[in-house]
Amino acid sequence: MAAPEPEAPSAAPTRAKDHSPWNWLLFIPIVVPLIPVFFNGDSPRVFGFPRFYWLQLAYILLGVATTTLVYQMTKKRGGS
Amino acid sequence: MWRDHLTEIIVFTFLFLLVSVMGFVAARWRAPNDMAHLDEWGLGGRSFGGWITWFLVGGDLYTAYTFVAVPALMFGAGAAGFFAVPYTIVIYPLVFLVLVRLWSVSHRHGFVTPADFVRNRFDSPVLALLIAITGIVATMPYIALQLIGIEAVLKTMGVTGDNALARHLPIIIAFAILAAYTYQSGLRAPALIAFVKDSLIYIVILVAIVYLPYKLGGWGDIFAAADAKFDASPNPNDGILLNGNNQLQYVTLALGSALALFLYPHSITGVLASKNRDVIKRNMSALPAYSLLLGLIALLGYMAIAAGVKPLPGAKEGTVDNNTVVPLLFDQQFPDWFAGVAYAAIGIGALVPAAIMSIAAANLFTRNIYKEYLKRDASPAQEANVSKITSLVVKVGAVACIVFLDPQFSIDLQLIGGVIILQTLPAVALGLYTRWFHRTGLIVGWAAGMGLGMWMLYQVASPTRKHFGGSAFPLSEFGFDTTRTIYVGIVAVAVNLAVAALVTLALRAAKVAEGVDGTEPDDYFADEGDPRVTPGTESDAASAREPVA
Repeated sequence: MAAPEPEAPSAAPTRAKDHSPWNWLLFIPIVVPLIPVFFNGDSPRVFGFPRFYWLQLAYILLGVATTTLVYQMTKKRGGS
Repeated sequence: MWRDHLTEIIVFTFLFLLVSVMGFVAARWRAPNDMAHLDEWGLGGRSFGGWITWFLVGGDLYTAYTFVAVPALMFGAGAAGFFAVPYTIVIYPLVFLVLVRLWSVSHRHGFVTPADFVRNRFDSPVLALLIAITGIVATMPYIALQLIGIEAVLKTMGVTGDNALARHLPIIIAFAILAAYTYQSGLRAPALIAFVKDSLIYIVILVAIVYLPYKLGGWGDIFAAADAKFDASPNPNDGILLNGNNQLQYVTLALGSALALFLYPHSITGVLASKNRDVIKRNMSALPAYSLLLGLIALLGYMAIAAGVKPLPGAKEGTVDNNTVVPLLFDQQFPDWFAGVAYAAIGIGALVPAAIMSIAAANLFTRNIYKEYLKRDASPAQEANVSKITSLVVKVGAVACIVFLDPQFSIDLQLIGGVIILQTLPAVALGLYTRWFHRTGLIVGWAAGMGLGMWMLYQVASPTRKHFGGSAFPLSEFGFDTTRTIYVGIVAVAVNLAVAALVTLALRAAKVAEGVDGTEPDDYFADEGDPRVTPGTESDAASAREPVA
């Protein structure tokens, strides 16, 4: 899949809030949950759950943590 | 038969009638001065804050069919059904990156549908028409599938009849009520009902995941029971873990479904209804709560195995309907009144997405077919009216699909729907970032992706069927020496992109006109209170560009 191309920063660069490098962090919760080597196994078990199940459920937290971090780091400060 | 389930039926009916009343009252909730405008009827005034958006989009993406079909898949195939979890993790960062830009540009220009955006961005009514038709065709069977969710519940309660009409009467009544309040209240109806739906689902699932493992001997025993079932089955690709053959399918299906889900018109409608960029971004951190819920719901499929549930017979002789395993599990394990609450959760869970989907399809028709080709100078009031009527037609069509056709047909269509909606990715999602692609390149790429996708789906066989047996395409069909499978949609969209790129290069070399971009780089960051937004007037590509303040 093509990486998003940065737009020409000619028009009103002060508005270009989407260009923060923090956004690149969002690729972590897109890529990591899609690597089967990490989750496709039985041990260790947690509360009786094979790794396949608890680790993929734990990735939800990875996603939440990343989007929260990026939101906090990129939101406009002060502003109306 | 149904007399055994009287308590369940009473609780179900009571909750169903309660939300029906809410649906009608919703027209007065956060009431606008003028309801006769598509922004009001079709997007709830573009005014929803954090909480409403959370319930609305959550209720929209996690449909009744998902809640019934995912555990059914776990029950039948095991680990492969768990793809729903990575699928619903991956989607939120994607929305965070991509759909926020769509919200901004739509807010700035008054776009109601993704096809509105494509029309302005690429200056191509033909491409917009293709995007709109793709969206409508992909959405219709999805609405029909919501009915299958309700039917699974009714069947378990013994509400069936001897002939087709008697069997489907409850669903026809339910959809008639749904159609009436959607007609009157627009997007406000599902937004309000979503509060009830999601609360019920959270209660039911929290109780289920604490109480059922306690009754069934703990999680270790549940997984052991599932493991034993799959070991005993002749199918080599089931099991509580993935094997070498289906890992690629698993991750490509998760990624492809995530890309498809946020391109579906009903997801975009939910996102566009929020009031500003912050609401969307904050929700990307809050919506994964539903993914956790879905993961736990998926495991109900294993609990059904541990509890020894036997699915009810299917529509055809000798088949079983795995979609009934979760309702049966509730019937078997819960007291009657609580099973009734659980059934109501599933039933109401079907209404919210069905309403939003019919609104989204109606908006596509109104904006990109009616206004574009039938009545150019339609007033906002006429637009709203056409959308309301179209939403009725769409629902009648969905009911007709279920009553007159084999339900399997809707399931096949939905499978196809996911693949075809993915073919709008280059124009809609990449279009938000770049205008590099030539409009004709996108049209040719779309056609190539559609053609290849349909051919591949046709080739997929399953143990019971020769064609349309699923979305896992064996790579050996392409001549690779392997038993691995891959998700059809990913291959189709890759070919779509490659063709679009090649045709773009060729057309650019030939200096074919590319049209005028109706948007500016700045529009993709516009937020609530943008001084350039003048609600209700801006809607045409030809409108003059105001100077940037």
